[in-house]
Amino acid sequence: MSEITPDLVRHLASLARILVTDQEVEQLAGELGVIVDSVATVTKAVSGDVVATSHPIPMANVYREDVILPSLTQLQALSSAPDSNDGRFKVNAILDED
Amino acid sequence: MTEITSSSAAVLAGLISSKQVSSVEITTAFLDRLEKLNPKTNSYLHFNRENSLAQAKKADQQLADGTAVSPLHGVPIAVKDNLTTTDAPTTAGSKILEGWVPQYDATVVRKLREASMPILGKTNLDEFAMGSSTEFSAYGPSRNPWDLSRIPGGSGGGSSSAIAGHLAPLAIGSDTGGSIRFPAAMTGSVGAKPTYGAVSRYGLIALASSLDQIGPVTNSVMDAAMLQDVIGGYDPRDSTSLPNSLGSMVQSVKEADVKGLRVGVIKQLSSDGFQPGVKACFDDTIEKLAAAGAEIIEVDCPSFEYAVAAYYLILPAEASSNLAKFDSVRFGLRVTPDGNPTIENVMAATREQGFGPEVKRRIILGTYALSSGHYDAYYGSAQKVRTLIQQDLAMAFTQADVLLTPTAPTTAFKIGEKVDDPLAMYLNDVATIPANLAGIPGISVPNGLASEDGLPSGLQILAPAMQDAQMYRVASIVEKLYMDQWGASLIARVPDLEAL
Repeated sequence: MSEITPDLVRHLASLARILVTDQEVEQLAGELGVIVDSVATVTKAVSGDVVATSHPIPMANVYREDVILPSLTQLQALSSAPDSNDGRFKVNAILDED
Repeated sequence: MTEITSSSAAVLAGLISSKQVSSVEITTAFLDRLEKLNPKTNSYLHFNRENSLAQAKKADQQLADGTAVSPLHGVPIAVKDNLTTTDAPTTAGSKILEGWVPQYDATVVRKLREASMPILGKTNLDEFAMGSSTEFSAYGPSRNPWDLSRIPGGSGGGSSSAIAGHLAPLAIGSDTGGSIRFPAAMTGSVGAKPTYGAVSRYGLIALASSLDQIGPVTNSVMDAAMLQDVIGGYDPRDSTSLPNSLGSMVQSVKEADVKGLRVGVIKQLSSDGFQPGVKACFDDTIEKLAAAGAEIIEVDCPSFEYAVAAYYLILPAEASSNLAKFDSVRFGLRVTPDGNPTIENVMAATREQGFGPEVKRRIILGTYALSSGHYDAYYGSAQKVRTLIQQDLAMAFTQADVLLTPTAPTTAFKIGEKVDDPLAMYLNDVATIPANLAGIPGISVPNGLASEDGLPSGLQILAPAMQDAQMYRVASIVEKLYMDQWGASLIARVPDLEAL
């Protein structure tokens, strides 16, 4: 059995910035436990001397000339924002008051 | 107007360029049909008649002035709703993006506009392309024109049902683990995933960036080849875009010849786990290819046993990172809880309300796979499996020119049948996932109806990376074998949607 406990689900959800109800935590713990048990088989498939592949087609990083190209205006960039003020994105306080 | 909406894109393009029928007439025929029948299939999330017709008028005007700008000039097309469009909402099937109209066009959308192809609308998908049935769309499932109680495949079930229901002559899909090919198999249409990097991903809302690829969904192999020729090519806005040309897919389809072809059948994807009728269709096609002169070779890919497991570590890991951008700050939904919440409380409340169950499941799974103490065992091992899969495929392609598998283990299942069983849902993509992990091209072509339920089955053709032309060549051979036997394409046998 996997180690996916309700407390671990709560911790992972908070890392992922997703609020979860107690009911969701119970359900997710069960579902993720089954999934993790299944995908954990990959650990049996490989040994230490196999190299990891992060990208399907080998590629070097791509650079371009440092020239100014057209981009979104400030107005366009802000046009979809839920809230903005004085040409900037407006959000709630980042730090708690306490 | 039935003849127009059941014609191939190649035929429609010919009618337009020879000025027998206008782009406005053809676009109108599809708009009339989709406005009437979309309530049955839920293929489209957004469409706008005036906007589509304005684009068709412009295409007709260009022709009147003497210039066809592309081989598909004036032929309308449907676009999956995870590609950005400046003139239509882009939701990716999620509540978190409801009503969002992007500030820029995806490169593929720009290319369609430059090719003077009117956009009919945006098609439904599982939320952020996570799923294989469209049941995880926040806007309700799409339905399969062969049987409206069944799924049209996913995540691109909007595009596949639009094609099979003749609500569009062409469509764009995206394929991370099978989201183009699986829906094509479920609906008797053609769906191609090009080589990774062959089509620009700029403006595609990313699911898993090392796996995502955009491609065509159509009614024929020639239509798919024509569309890949329009949307493919290098794009400086996508750093993973391939700089070299892959040649003309259309030319390759025209040169289709079975002589000397070495066809590989993958041991791990040709025996257990397939519905008997699907397996029978597959065996039948292999026999036909052998009779036509192809050499059939069994190849061994032992690592494929671990492909689904590796995929469901790599995909959630990449998705959990990609979807961090939906943070309620710059665009999309913002939910502010009562009291005096911090921005973190706002983000958590927004993502709780904005994301559906499968998206939450995968983000949390990805967060786990990437967490300290598990990273090497899970994500690291999965990346090593990826290497083994590439090695197995490289070996197989020294023995065979192409590899053939059934596209999917079963025909289309009932809506609701697997929605509460994530693991069962994940296994739908057992045959399609290896191509994404290895970056190679794959196409699904119609492969007859399964005897036990009369529903379409699909044949998948895999080719080495960059050899998309070879894939289209063999797809065309298979399509012709089928046409020779049945006298018409499989899609010609889809039930009359108006009568359902």
